[in-house]
Amino acid sequence: MYQYDTIDQALVDARVAEYRDQLERRLSGALDEDHFKPLRLKNGLYLQLHAYMLRVAIPYGTLSGRQLRMLGHIARRYDRGYGHFTTRQNIQYNWIRLEESADLLADLATVEMHAIQTSGNCIRNISSDQYAGAAADEVEDPRPWAELLRQWSSFHPEFSYLPRKFKIAVIASETDRAAMRLHDIGLQLVRQDGAIGFRVHVGGGMGRTPIIGPLIREFLPAQDFLSYCEAILRVYNRYGRRDNIYKARIKILVHDLGAAEFARQVAEEHAHVKTLGLDAPEAEIARIRDFFAPPPFEVGLPDVVDQADPDFALWVDRQTAAHKAPGYRIVNISLKPVGKIPGDASADQMDVIAGLAERFSFDEIRVTHAQNLVLPHVKAADLKAVWEALDAAGLADANLDLATDIIACPGMDYCTLANARSIPVAQRLADVLAPREAELGELKIKVSGCINGCGHHHAGHIGILGVDRKGHENYQLLLGGSGAEDTSLAQILGPGFDEAGIVAAVEKVTAAYLGVRTEGERFLDTYRRLGAAPFKAAVYGETVRG
Amino acid sequence: MVKLLTGNALLRGDVLWWDGKGWSLSIADAVALEPEEGAAILQREAVSERVSDLALIDAENVDGRLRPVKIRERIRGFGPTVRPDLAVAGQEWR
Repeated sequence: MYQYDTIDQALVDARVAEYRDQLERRLSGALDEDHFKPLRLKNGLYLQLHAYMLRVAIPYGTLSGRQLRMLGHIARRYDRGYGHFTTRQNIQYNWIRLEESADLLADLATVEMHAIQTSGNCIRNISSDQYAGAAADEVEDPRPWAELLRQWSSFHPEFSYLPRKFKIAVIASETDRAAMRLHDIGLQLVRQDGAIGFRVHVGGGMGRTPIIGPLIREFLPAQDFLSYCEAILRVYNRYGRRDNIYKARIKILVHDLGAAEFARQVAEEHAHVKTLGLDAPEAEIARIRDFFAPPPFEVGLPDVVDQADPDFALWVDRQTAAHKAPGYRIVNISLKPVGKIPGDASADQMDVIAGLAERFSFDEIRVTHAQNLVLPHVKAADLKAVWEALDAAGLADANLDLATDIIACPGMDYCTLANARSIPVAQRLADVLAPREAELGELKIKVSGCINGCGHHHAGHIGILGVDRKGHENYQLLLGGSGAEDTSLAQILGPGFDEAGIVAAVEKVTAAYLGVRTEGERFLDTYRRLGAAPFKAAVYGETVRG
Repeated sequence: MVKLLTGNALLRGDVLWWDGKGWSLSIADAVALEPEEGAAILQREAVSERVSDLALIDAENVDGRLRPVKIRERIRGFGPTVRPDLAVAGQEWR
């Protein structure tokens, strides 16, 4: 894992001291709310529906045991005993006291963490593949490049006031576990003729105007990595729409210009930027790479797991994935127990997982955009012990990518922007679909409480969007989305429903799927093969046409 | 339509309701205000800068109790519906 150098630490410590002074001035009355609000937001502190909410950045979703223990400490000491892992691989706390917020940030800084650039129109936390460094199918670990982007984008003076927020993902496998093409910039590390470089997608995103990011550069040589990203941001910063918040994301600029013209402008800008010496020297890239060197995997380990216990066998089958090192597995920890809140973890659970990471996974934990956690490097021989410990902590559900592994944003239970509640819908769906989830197979359900789409509804095999309909919560049903390498955008099926109605509608969709699928066919593939018609008929009968 | 005056406590962020004399943590203590009266109190309270996001919201009388018209405000008065253990005691959000 990357470790702060003295400059990183000094920057974060200075920021805490600066914020402490700002907070003291606010509390004394020397600063009014109009002036203080943008300052607290720059430190990730929002005022939400019930209280202050703090969003903490987890760079590319990677944590050490010490860091996760600190997140548990924050939940226990400064919040109400839990935190919420988000679709941006971050964590949010819902009950922070303003008066304690500087102390909290100081505690975070002791483990090389902060909440900087988790709000505002800047480059946000860089996201990546939760299997990075462990995946059997990756070209190489993408995190050194994500870390390079983190350093480049942190406090970047030119990009502190962009037209809108900006999100970047870096992956290194053909399998996309990070919804890469639904980011403002999506970078896929590839190897070509022995050299590494990047496929560059720009202008993807969900929200009000969902767009799949088009490819603007087939192979960006690694030595141009930062200067080319700088050029993209410069073109966006110059021409992005600042007159209309709904048209301010880079996806609108790319769409309006066309990908080819946008790419031409970036290339032109890059020809200039390249002369400025912005790209990291080889020695710096090597220095960062060293932090992500593979841990000392043992060799000659058995891959075989004793699966005499059927519950354990099911968990191994569903929750573990192939690892690049023989004798090791990637362990997915479900934060989706049926009936609970998707993505929530208690302080005690965080402590348990931190301990397991320290003991069994070379001290690493990952956060996934699907609101689960990962122990990336676990010996096959240790799986039973890990499972038993997870089970004791209520963390051994075996539902990865199944119908109860539902993404849900905080929705109107917590969020001031939401128009409807997301979590209760996810909970009801999990209740009714749990008995059939094995039969349904891979089924990604994603629920958002407003058009901003934090619940990734447009990328759901089944997506649900909560809206306000004449003062009542109403839910639109969308089908056919994917955030994976087969990225697609879910389409609205028809008129919306109330809370009970949307659950019944999803039940009808799943029943229809079971009736028309071919053997082994995923829901998404059935939908792509047959289109919306059979599902529309199942949900609306003959009353809706077209 | 009557109004309720609400906001969030500066120090802790708690949802607050104007009870006629000061601020209460419980929506059950909120008093109905005529729009002009509410606007005057809001303006007066805003000066102190101790309550953030002050707002006058629409309310209605349902079965003898004052209830915000919008669901969002009802949930503000109750707490997260999915964590009744964290809700304001004795309240009903629907």
